[in-house]
Amino acid sequence: MSIIKTKVGRRSFLKNSALAGGGMMLGFSWLASCKLSPEEVNELPKEWFKINGFLKIADNGQVTILSPNPEGGQNVKTSMPMIVAEELDVVWKDVIVEQAPLDTDAFTFQYLGGSQAIRRGWEGLRMAGASARILLITAAAEAWQVPIEEITTEGGVIFHNSSKKSAGYGEMASAAAKIKVPEEVQLKEIGDFKIIGTSQKNVDGQKIVTGKPLFGIDTHRDGMLIAMIVHPPAFGLKIESIDDSEARTMPGIKDIFKIKVFNDDYEKAFFDTRTFNEVAVIVGNSTWEVMNAKKVLQIACGPIESATETRDRFGRKWEEHTPAGLESTADHYAQMEAMSAKKGEVRRRDGDPETAFKRAVKIIEATYTAPFLAHNCMEPMNFFADVTSEKAALIGPLQKPELTEQTLSARLGMPIENIDIQMTRLGGGYGRRSYAHWLVEAALISQKMNAPVKLVYTREDDMTDGIYRPAYQAKYRAGLDADNNLIAFHVKTGGIPQSPLHQDRFPAGAVDNYLAEDWTIDTNLTVGSFRAPSSNFMACAEQSFLDEVAEAAGKDPIDFRLALLDRAITDPQGKTNDYDPQRYAGVLKLVREKSNWGKEPSGMSRGVSAYFCHNSYAAQVLDMVIKDGKPTVQKVTCAIDCGLVVNPDAATNLAEGGIVDGIGNALYGELTFVDGVPQKSNFDKYRMIRMKEAPKEIDIHFVESDIDPTGLGEPTFPPIFAAVANALYGATGKRHYHQPFLKDTSTLTS
Amino acid sequence: MANFSVKVNGKTVDLEVDGSTPMLWVLRDHLKLVGTKYGCGIAQCGACTVHLGDNAVRSCQLPISSVGEKEITTIEGLSENGDHPVQKAWLEIDVPQCGYCQAGQIMTASALLKSNPSPSDDEIEGAMNGNICRCGTYTRIKKAIKTAAAENTNA
Repeated sequence: MSIIKTKVGRRSFLKNSALAGGGMMLGFSWLASCKLSPEEVNELPKEWFKINGFLKIADNGQVTILSPNPEGGQNVKTSMPMIVAEELDVVWKDVIVEQAPLDTDAFTFQYLGGSQAIRRGWEGLRMAGASARILLITAAAEAWQVPIEEITTEGGVIFHNSSKKSAGYGEMASAAAKIKVPEEVQLKEIGDFKIIGTSQKNVDGQKIVTGKPLFGIDTHRDGMLIAMIVHPPAFGLKIESIDDSEARTMPGIKDIFKIKVFNDDYEKAFFDTRTFNEVAVIVGNSTWEVMNAKKVLQIACGPIESATETRDRFGRKWEEHTPAGLESTADHYAQMEAMSAKKGEVRRRDGDPETAFKRAVKIIEATYTAPFLAHNCMEPMNFFADVTSEKAALIGPLQKPELTEQTLSARLGMPIENIDIQMTRLGGGYGRRSYAHWLVEAALISQKMNAPVKLVYTREDDMTDGIYRPAYQAKYRAGLDADNNLIAFHVKTGGIPQSPLHQDRFPAGAVDNYLAEDWTIDTNLTVGSFRAPSSNFMACAEQSFLDEVAEAAGKDPIDFRLALLDRAITDPQGKTNDYDPQRYAGVLKLVREKSNWGKEPSGMSRGVSAYFCHNSYAAQVLDMVIKDGKPTVQKVTCAIDCGLVVNPDAATNLAEGGIVDGIGNALYGELTFVDGVPQKSNFDKYRMIRMKEAPKEIDIHFVESDIDPTGLGEPTFPPIFAAVANALYGATGKRHYHQPFLKDTSTLTS
Repeated sequence: MANFSVKVNGKTVDLEVDGSTPMLWVLRDHLKLVGTKYGCGIAQCGACTVHLGDNAVRSCQLPISSVGEKEITTIEGLSENGDHPVQKAWLEIDVPQCGYCQAGQIMTASALLKSNPSPSDDEIEGAMNGNICRCGTYTRIKKAIKTAAAENTNA
């Protein structure tokens, strides 16, 4: 067994064991909202004992495990408590799962983002279960006066075999809650896992299929008002005045005013992005009444001035420049083309790329672009706020509650301990809900109205309010020698306003002469994290390009990649390479086997792609046919190495989702601008992938691994873009360089 | 403002609202039946799907004044104990990711199976194409509909 010091997240254990000094009892309020059958009422526990920040055990043995991180469809609300339950050694079906509140004392990483929840939670979650189990058996050893080493547990029951004594966890919970947490705990061997590695259903499944109020937008409180915003119609504009003469008289309208989201002297932190710092607000009794008033509210706008502000990225300052002007997509692409012709910032140079390109027999060049994308979470941005002079209560969906709480504290001038943020299930996040300006807005509106308020964005507000995936361009060059060996590789890439470059990723390390450079262009469009930030473009460009290079070299695209990876294994170039070439090659080999590569079904065009990001590896083979001039994805075979898989069926679901999302964005995803105005504001124009366009079959395979879990929310998303592009090439004979690939459907068959 | 009497999930409710108010907001704001979701407001995403009689309709485009005597069923009223074959199939296949669109998906699917108890793949795709799932659970939705259809046929 591995022994682990109870150091990570120790605050959680210390605090609660101190609290538990008097045999900490918790109330029953969490049960009050559940409808229980009479049998269930009879089984209600009398007392709950909080063993540590993650779990409490009732006198009748019932176990409640708190899931610390926000749930937005990654299924952490099931998978994280499974890890605790495993080490606690209880029967999974007997566990009740609750969403933990934001508690920076008890928990260390209550974020949704970067595919990090299981990876960063892994050790702490295991320790929470294991240390609680130790407390329970310590209590039993004391009660029975037997050596602790002779005690065993199974399924929530403590045994001492030689004396034939046994007790349920509930019987020892009171005593356990008073025992000091040990300095170190033993964790189970992976081979002894009973819950981790088994497929368990979504703990909120029943509530979802019966329409229970789970989401922030479902929040209701007595006396609650509804609020909506009105923002300028174009980026580069700001509100100068409001004419509310008609809107104010409409039925159910309480008030109309302007709010300033961040104060002028506030130094914004990393996620404090807001497109229009001043917005008009309409508050009324009901959603429909506010929507109607919103239609007639008039705002007059004027141009913004260019500005440079200092921002704070987790202690590191950076200057953010926002230019004035009304931007258009056509200009963006021209700017990117002009920028790519200039000298870029050299981020990595191995060998002598210039000389190598001169002696290359064949040079392959290609340019890739990708547009701005809107996140389009199905649950529009919203938040509930009830702010008084003493305290602020907030309820809703968000990805970075701890950081948002700091922002709100600064904005309201209210100590953090007076702020309570409750996390609801997220109706999608994908990065968008990291930028929780709407929480601040809801709080300011509630403060002004002196009433509880639910702020709801319309779909149009949600789509046109900014914080998009940046637009990107990448230019690649590859040089082959007379034997078709890749001797030189050059990538020059940039974006508006961020560079997507990862200079130390594949094929860096696999090529003698390698050059990576980048550039950026300022914009007044706001951007933010979008599922697998930057990787969601680079994977497409790089893996499409490698396909083209493999073809030029006359090699099978999988063999070509594996040969490069073999080079990175046996003779790695350069100082640092981000990826593990063995694991990278592992997923390619697995997908080759599972897809029957080389024996594709007749009439089917195949594309392969593989990428490493967010600590995990994914390789995909996509089978496509063209029906009536439209691409139909028949099947996607996907191999993933994300370390140990906690909940296989849920992990499969998430991997399938990344693939479908990626195919949709590759084929259709795009937001364009004319004079600062987003050209799409709802799903009539913004095309989302629908069932007809989704793959007919998705076949997911995980590499068997006992490596600690890495990440899964993002890694299947980036590579599928290139699998689509490479399959389209086979199907149409035309390489697709510019996303979305179906922007002009005529290009498919030409 | 006017007085309306509508039948929702087997109960008749009286309320005073503007006649143009879409049933989506009547359900969510006035009747506190929040299982029916707001997604787009223009009948493009299907998150607000309810049954009007036996038909799946987008409640965001259904003014209360147009409902009349017809019975409205929402996700909360689809079955008494959450055990409609479609709901059961959804749990068996563990369809949801974020879950936000799923009530609408289930209402569209259950209306489809009522009119067509064993639909083909093409028929499923045709009926479900108006419901967006941003998380991409389409292959599972299709599988769950087939599972529910099989249960219907066997029953």
